[in-house]
Amino acid sequence: MKLPTGGHIVIGVLALVALVLGICFLLAWRDALPAIEPPGAGDFAADTIARGAQLAALGGCAPCHTAPGGASFAGGRAIDTPFGRIFSTNITPDPHSGIGRWSEAAFRRAMREGVDREGRQLYPAFPYDHFTLVSDTDDAALYAYLMTRRPVRAEARQNQLGFPLRIRWILAAWKLRYFHPGPYQPDTAHDELWNRGAYLVNGLAHCGACHTPRNRFGAENPAQRFAGTEAEDWYAYAINSASQARVPWDADSLSLFLRNGWHDRHGIAQGPMARVTDDLARVPDSDCRAIAVYVAWLMSESTAAGAPKAAPPNSRDGQAIYAAACADCHDGARPLPIGGVRLELSTAVSGESAINLINVVLDGVRPPEGAAGPIMPGFASTLSDTQLDSLVTYLRGHFAGKPPWPAFIEHVREARRRSHD
Amino acid sequence: MIELTVNGQTHRIDADPETPLLYVLREDLQLNAAKFGCGLGQCGACTVLVDGEAALACVTPILVLPGRQVTTLEGLGGAEDPAPIQRAFIEEQAAQCGFCIAGMIMRAQALLQSNPRASDADIRAQLEPNLCRCGTHMRILRAVRRAAALLQGSGAAAFHSPSAKSAPGGSEAAGRNGSGGTEGSEDLRRPGERDLSRHPQQRERPER
Repeated sequence: MKLPTGGHIVIGVLALVALVLGICFLLAWRDALPAIEPPGAGDFAADTIARGAQLAALGGCAPCHTAPGGASFAGGRAIDTPFGRIFSTNITPDPHSGIGRWSEAAFRRAMREGVDREGRQLYPAFPYDHFTLVSDTDDAALYAYLMTRRPVRAEARQNQLGFPLRIRWILAAWKLRYFHPGPYQPDTAHDELWNRGAYLVNGLAHCGACHTPRNRFGAENPAQRFAGTEAEDWYAYAINSASQARVPWDADSLSLFLRNGWHDRHGIAQGPMARVTDDLARVPDSDCRAIAVYVAWLMSESTAAGAPKAAPPNSRDGQAIYAAACADCHDGARPLPIGGVRLELSTAVSGESAINLINVVLDGVRPPEGAAGPIMPGFASTLSDTQLDSLVTYLRGHFAGKPPWPAFIEHVREARRRSHD
Repeated sequence: MIELTVNGQTHRIDADPETPLLYVLREDLQLNAAKFGCGLGQCGACTVLVDGEAALACVTPILVLPGRQVTTLEGLGGAEDPAPIQRAFIEEQAAQCGFCIAGMIMRAQALLQSNPRASDADIRAQLEPNLCRCGTHMRILRAVRRAAALLQGSGAAAFHSPSAKSAPGGSEAAGRNGSGGTEGSEDLRRPGERDLSRHPQQRERPER
């Protein structure tokens, strides 16, 4: 029987789709690795566990794998993605709900290939596209650290993903296209410190997960590595040559910033970056230094820096609010972290996106929980949208020599909605 | 001249527009519940409500306030007619030196106005910016929970412990009840009296 031409095309397309899905299904098929009896603390050397603790801090494991107010590493934190809501899993050594029955080989496979012990494909919200670069030795230390944490019984929460993404083997197609397995191969053109930095930044520390824009399939866009993008309701600044920092970063200033969470010529880490710098306060100086050297290299051809062009005040209302409410700290004699950052140095004022400045002015700055740190009161209840608009128009013009951000008020309303949720 | 609406009354204030609201409340309007703690918006002792939301009066210049509704502790109620939240703080004897209490009450009030069914976690998160150096946090938390129960009208009697005192008369305002210490008693000055002296003997102590 002769089919019309359209019919041939439909059948052809269906056959192709079936073939691709079949290949994916086969690729996605991974064996379960045998369950083990949970190891005891005595099974690991103390210095391996200690090294694992530092690596876990470098990798930022706890911030994602801990729900607000919940037990460390017990999972349950919601991660909102454009595809739906994913909940982090329990990585304590609980045999029922955690990774207590995972062998070191199973743990290494999860890190290197994004597949869990039972052979299921993992969502790349777990950044195995970076963790794949981690060495066997470091995976072993991380494993030793996690397996010696207190086991917590906490069942994983159900992800809220639509069809077809809730079918995990679809991820094989994603991996085929976007995943490049490690481990890290040193670049002999650079020295050891640079290579250590590249290994950490691109691997365990997964900086690109926030700082690199993603494509519509949720993969980092290699053409825009570290070009800066929105992440978790904050803007992760460009950390390549597109950096908007007013004073160019160098390895020394970056190193101090990463350890302390603030730098007097740059400002303070906020939002998700504050969690990063909290963690980096606990890693060896040499690792912070290596990250700083590599990131300074990434930013080395930055052209945006330089003294701001002097601009006449463009909003008298904004100028008055700045003088009355902000200048005491931001234009006073007290340096960071006791006083505020000088706003002509702030990337929040000169940068590509308004959201960091809005978040800070509305909600203020709080020190890390249980620790000393910069502090600023929020002005959400006292500044109206119009007053905020005047203030930021003034700050942007006076301190950065730039026009106001487009759609500013919409961003303000969005931020107010978020803090009321 | 700047027009300010405080506790429902409109005042014309002759002050520099940059003046912090706290100074105007204390010096011009003799509303002394809000305290000067740090002056940097870091301790919460100066907390008042602006359009129903908690605001730090020490870092709020009056120039942003025309057209807004400011509420201070005095606006909630007085010794004769304490608001539910003031009653709850008195019944739980939440104050020790009392310096932070007006701010605590105002921030808690803002929470309960928007969410009368606030959970313990909500209360703790809301009060986080306010410091108490005496360490009466547990009593403050109990007071806010009690206030939530009072506001929900779920029968104050059920939450009224037999040993708790009822609202005392005599002190000028319920929020000042706990201000027995030398710092807090500063605010017992009479209308018009300037806030200069730091000698507690010059003022009467509140009756309990």
